Amino acid sequence: MSFSQKPIPHAAAAGRARRVWALIKKEVRQVVRDPSSIAIGIVMPVVLILLFGYGMSLDVTNVPVALVLEDPSPAATNLASSFELSRYFDAQRMTSMRAAEQLMLARKVDGIVRIRPDFSRRLAQGDAEVQVLVHGIDANRARIIQTYAQGAIGVWAARRAAEGKEVLTGPVRVQNRLWFNESNESRFFLVPGLIVLVMTLIGALLTSLVVAREWERGTIEALFVTPVRPGEFLLGKTIPYFALGMIGLALCLIAAKLLFHVPFRGSVLVLTGVSMLYLLVALAIGLWISSTMKSQFVASQITLLVTFLPAVMLSGFLFDLRSLPVFVQLITFLLPARYYVTLLQTIFLVGDVWAVILPNAAVLAAMMILLLSLARRATRKELA
Amino acid sequence: MIDTLLRILALTRKELLAILKDPRTRFSLVIPPILQCLIYGYVATYDLNDVPYAVLDQDRSAASRDLLTGLDGSGAFRRVADLTRAADIARLIDERKALLVIQIEQDFARRLMSGQPADVQVIADGRNSNTAGTAMGYVGAIVEKFNADWRAEHNQGDPPVRLNTRAWYNPNLETRWHMIPALLGTLTLLETLLLTGLSVAREREQGTFDQLLVTPFRPVEIMVGKAVPPMLVGIMQATLVLLVAQLWFEIPFAGSFITLYVALTVFLLAASGMGLLLSSVAATMQQALLYAFMLIMPFALLSGLTTPISSMPELLQYFTLINPLRYAIEMSHRVYLEGAGLHLLWPQLWPLAVISAVTLSAASWMFRHRLV
Repeated sequence: MSFSQKPIPHAAAAGRARRVWALIKKEVRQVVRDPSSIAIGIVMPVVLILLFGYGMSLDVTNVPVALVLEDPSPAATNLASSFELSRYFDAQRMTSMRAAEQLMLARKVDGIVRIRPDFSRRLAQGDAEVQVLVHGIDANRARIIQTYAQGAIGVWAARRAAEGKEVLTGPVRVQNRLWFNESNESRFFLVPGLIVLVMTLIGALLTSLVVAREWERGTIEALFVTPVRPGEFLLGKTIPYFALGMIGLALCLIAAKLLFHVPFRGSVLVLTGVSMLYLLVALAIGLWISSTMKSQFVASQITLLVTFLPAVMLSGFLFDLRSLPVFVQLITFLLPARYYVTLLQTIFLVGDVWAVILPNAAVLAAMMILLLSLARRATRKELA
Repeated sequence: MIDTLLRILALTRKELLAILKDPRTRFSLVIPPILQCLIYGYVATYDLNDVPYAVLDQDRSAASRDLLTGLDGSGAFRRVADLTRAADIARLIDERKALLVIQIEQDFARRLMSGQPADVQVIADGRNSNTAGTAMGYVGAIVEKFNADWRAEHNQGDPPVRLNTRAWYNPNLETRWHMIPALLGTLTLLETLLLTGLSVAREREQGTFDQLLVTPFRPVEIMVGKAVPPMLVGIMQATLVLLVAQLWFEIPFAGSFITLYVALTVFLLAASGMGLLLSSVAATMQQALLYAFMLIMPFALLSGLTTPISSMPELLQYFTLINPLRYAIEMSHRVYLEGAGLHLLWPQLWPLAVISAVTLSAASWMFRHRLV
């Protein structure tokens, strides 16, 4: 049975709508009756929202450190107390380096701050030194700890300066101001980034299974003998998951606003518009892969590799894209998630900056058209 | 006893054939792990090497130029604009043209000369506050260096207290060293869960599971036969990751391979136990795939892979105690980077043994009570 591509007569339009509607009803029933679809479509976004909002944090506070104070002089004790008072450290004072190293080996502490016996003598000579050992396996954290140690010494130096001892501050002071996220909360960029993951999950992963499923179960052959056209088949697969994706988006927005108080400085209308674009792109990728691969396992693997993984790693959601090697940067330009992350971060934290929104949305729209027609072609070829 | 072994062997062989006979499946078991390794190795770093920045130098003195030369010469910064008005700052940052704007006030050189502290203002795009924080840290280090040079030139001596830092196990603080060994657990967990979950679900969907039940196999034998092949695939994938880590990224291996493989086997046992438990709940392949994925996400996010466990709220830290991936990542770091021996891995091994025992016996209970 093949599908002729004759122009549709006027009366056939009604039949077409009816067929699409029937397919949608069937797909919706499949989603509603299968606990796993509901799990991915509704439960998973909620779990992710809670994990990202509460669980993941790049903010480092209360780092457990061992404070080895080998010099009992007032200057050294003062310095030690500035580590103890810092909210970034949870300092545990001890007298022997050996005990501290044991703690570090067992990862009970993430760093050792050592003030040597000759500290005050060398301080008088203007050549004192504080040793900081960090557990380097989590490199990002280690670097942050080093910066905080510098800060704790700065606090101590400023206090001494105020007491009229020597001035230690450098001739040039740096005043840092962080725009859009003044209190430096990693949640403010993690939660918008989460929307990308949720949309990718629903859009691509779920749909990557739906056509392959019909192939593996053999039900697609039953569809061959019905008057359903490939375009209608595709519409029937797209619309229910599009709706599911929009529900996911709504959940994320509500959580971002009410639970996590992420500032929202753009307009909801623009955000919804670009989200629809991205969702359609993701749906098209999922359907295309699904109808090309015809196996649920292989389709889900490839979808994870080309959509979900890049959405985490190559979208600029966590890692700065400008610092990547050039060939990887070139790849990121092919990934829809990159444009969507830029849009989300801007709309949430900055506002409707048209100079950012228009070009990024245009790329997404172009990708949408290309991918939908690819999915359409893959479907037509298989059905004919 | 011999019969049991023979039956298990036969089932294992059949399962391996079922996994490996399809060329697309073979491809998706080998290529994605290697690609992911390469991507994570290159991408997963919070280091910056190309920070676009703009300057609003209202002083235009020799001193301010010196400071900016330090920035341009560091290799990490790229100057995209020289501003003349403060009003232009907002546009540059809003439109993502610059990550930082450095503003130097008119009286910068005058204050420096007169011995007063001179301020440099750094404005950063906080859309990704982690990136912005790192970039500001770089500026701080460059200004520190400028200060030291200035003091030396003007005979003010060294700052009295220096910070001497050293990092254990990862002297250059490369994120890659953290990431790649962690993938040993992460990638194999994904595959083991998916394969064990799917193998039972596929038989159920195609109706061959009932056929399996009328053979002389006992439920335990079926379980072992279903658990072993995914573990073998997991070991194979871990080997791929190890090869990429050593041959491509040349991350020095401090421990012993035997220790690492023993640790991985215990971990994979726990993972396949979870996979089997999952497959006893899933009725179709789609359900098995999606449930596996739903397990993987919280496991990966709460494993210490991307964000440290100690920064999580206490409640979630307790959850990580039942997360096999957490232990796998700890073990691979300890063996790979710290060179820990088997006796030091006990704190990670026993929770994994408990997880395996619980999930495997729960799965076997489910199999018996559902099917027999």
